[in-house]
Amino acid sequence: MTTSARSSASRRPATSRPATTGVPAWLLVIAAVGALFVLLPVAAMVLQVDWAQFPALISSPSSVDALLLSLRTSLTATAACLVLGIPMAMVLARVPFRGRGLVRAIVLLPLVLPPVVGGLALLALYGRRGLLDGALPVAFSTPAVVIAQTFVALPFLVLSLEGALRTAGDRYEAVAATLGAGPSTVLFRVTLPLVVPAIVSGAVLSFARALGEFGATLTFAGSLQGVTRTLPLEIYLQRETDPDAAVALSLVLIAVAIAVVAVAHGAGEPLRRRTA
Amino acid sequence: MTVSGRLTAAAASLAVLLLAVTGCSASGSPSGTATPTSAATGGATGTITVFAAASLTSTFTELGKQFEKANPGSSVTFSFAGSSDLVSQLSAGAPADVFASADEATMQKAVAAGVTAGDPVDVATNVLAIAVPTGNPAHIESFADLAKPGVATVVCAPQVPCGAATAKVEASTGTTLTPVSQESSVTDVLGKVISGEADAGIVYATDVRGAGDKVDSVPFPEAKDVVNTYPIVAVGQGANAAGGKAFIAFVTGPTGQKVLRAAGFGAP
Repeated sequence: MTTSARSSASRRPATSRPATTGVPAWLLVIAAVGALFVLLPVAAMVLQVDWAQFPALISSPSSVDALLLSLRTSLTATAACLVLGIPMAMVLARVPFRGRGLVRAIVLLPLVLPPVVGGLALLALYGRRGLLDGALPVAFSTPAVVIAQTFVALPFLVLSLEGALRTAGDRYEAVAATLGAGPSTVLFRVTLPLVVPAIVSGAVLSFARALGEFGATLTFAGSLQGVTRTLPLEIYLQRETDPDAAVALSLVLIAVAIAVVAVAHGAGEPLRRRTA
Repeated sequence: MTVSGRLTAAAASLAVLLLAVTGCSASGSPSGTATPTSAATGGATGTITVFAAASLTSTFTELGKQFEKANPGSSVTFSFAGSSDLVSQLSAGAPADVFASADEATMQKAVAAGVTAGDPVDVATNVLAIAVPTGNPAHIESFADLAKPGVATVVCAPQVPCGAATAKVEASTGTTLTPVSQESSVTDVLGKVISGEADAGIVYATDVRGAGDKVDSVPFPEAKDVVNTYPIVAVGQGANAAGGKAFIAFVTGPTGQKVLRAAGFGAP
């Protein structure tokens, strides 16, 4: 996000030289404390890993199933977030209508809802005794996991993309329209290419959130190996009998999350440079 | 730079939020509360910290109130969670005077970890029960019915006590279940039945009793073959060893047993 902020700044006319103003020393200290606050617990967990047993712990059939299921469902949920979230962000950023603030608040609701409550809400709609009267039979199935993940991850994409669309402004779109481009052409040829970095970072955030999703899945989808038991649920269960396995799997989850962020940043970098 | 700066800030706060949200698991909070001890005459005094299995929540909360009434100047604080979680916390040095487990295997872990003081005593027993949504929509009549195709049965995972007990019943009845979900706690099983998502769930008799008219229960004779015992023990890590012993005596005594029996627990 920092790099995209920098590139959007450099896109502007060079009225001001990007002077490297230093930050106060005390700020550096607080920032370091903040970084350690996040890093130390994770580092402490890494120190707990029983490395001799590590390969065996993470390659058990239940662990492998959980990892594959998590990757599959999180990627599907991310795709769903892109399909639903890009139009949502476009509408919120470009279409003025009454009650837009309210709609935005509703879209962001899954961010503040405890995940378990999100799961209960999904049950209230899709459940057998829910509002839809079980018309969509997703109970205890993999699609239920994807629904839960999409529900909690969607706001991350909408939020980051809407901000980027507002920052980018609509000057280029207006120019394209005066040159005779239709709305869909403007969308695909002008608007979206301008915000690709934001789409990438929004998708990464959504993926990360989907990967870590626990409460809504537990409440809404259940927990069965290979079907609904994602990595976080497997970790939670392993904890009961084998804390070492739980720690080892947590490390796998962290590694996957870091790898995805790194890959996405790598993929986003040339795009950013091109748009800059 | 201001707008994009704000964006960066938004992204940063989002990342923090992400950590906060994903880090929120359902584990119980470690108890470390210290309420001021008041000196009173007679009986146990001071704060007694009790770690108890989640399935004892309502009965022990009730018993805590009665104990405080019978022992003026005492106060009982509880930490309710899965038995395994509690043993992990005790092993990590959590201060507690009493530990009550939902099964003997988990109690053995606590004993092996060296956190107990004295021998565990059995305080109650519990048997499994079939919980079905009100009206029993799938017409479950027996344990064997749970294995019928098309019946969505939810059970505890074999790693947790209720799941281990379920596996024993399966073995003793020769019935192999193909559950649609293996939950990590009995509460989650009950939740799936109450919401009607599952046709049936295997929980404890006390869970069915506690759920009132939100679920129906299907009795099955094989349940008596697998009896789950709840042991209780003094823990040496608290500040109130005498109070802990008094609470254990209270729970295993007539008043405690009456309350436990009323909730559906069996005699030890």
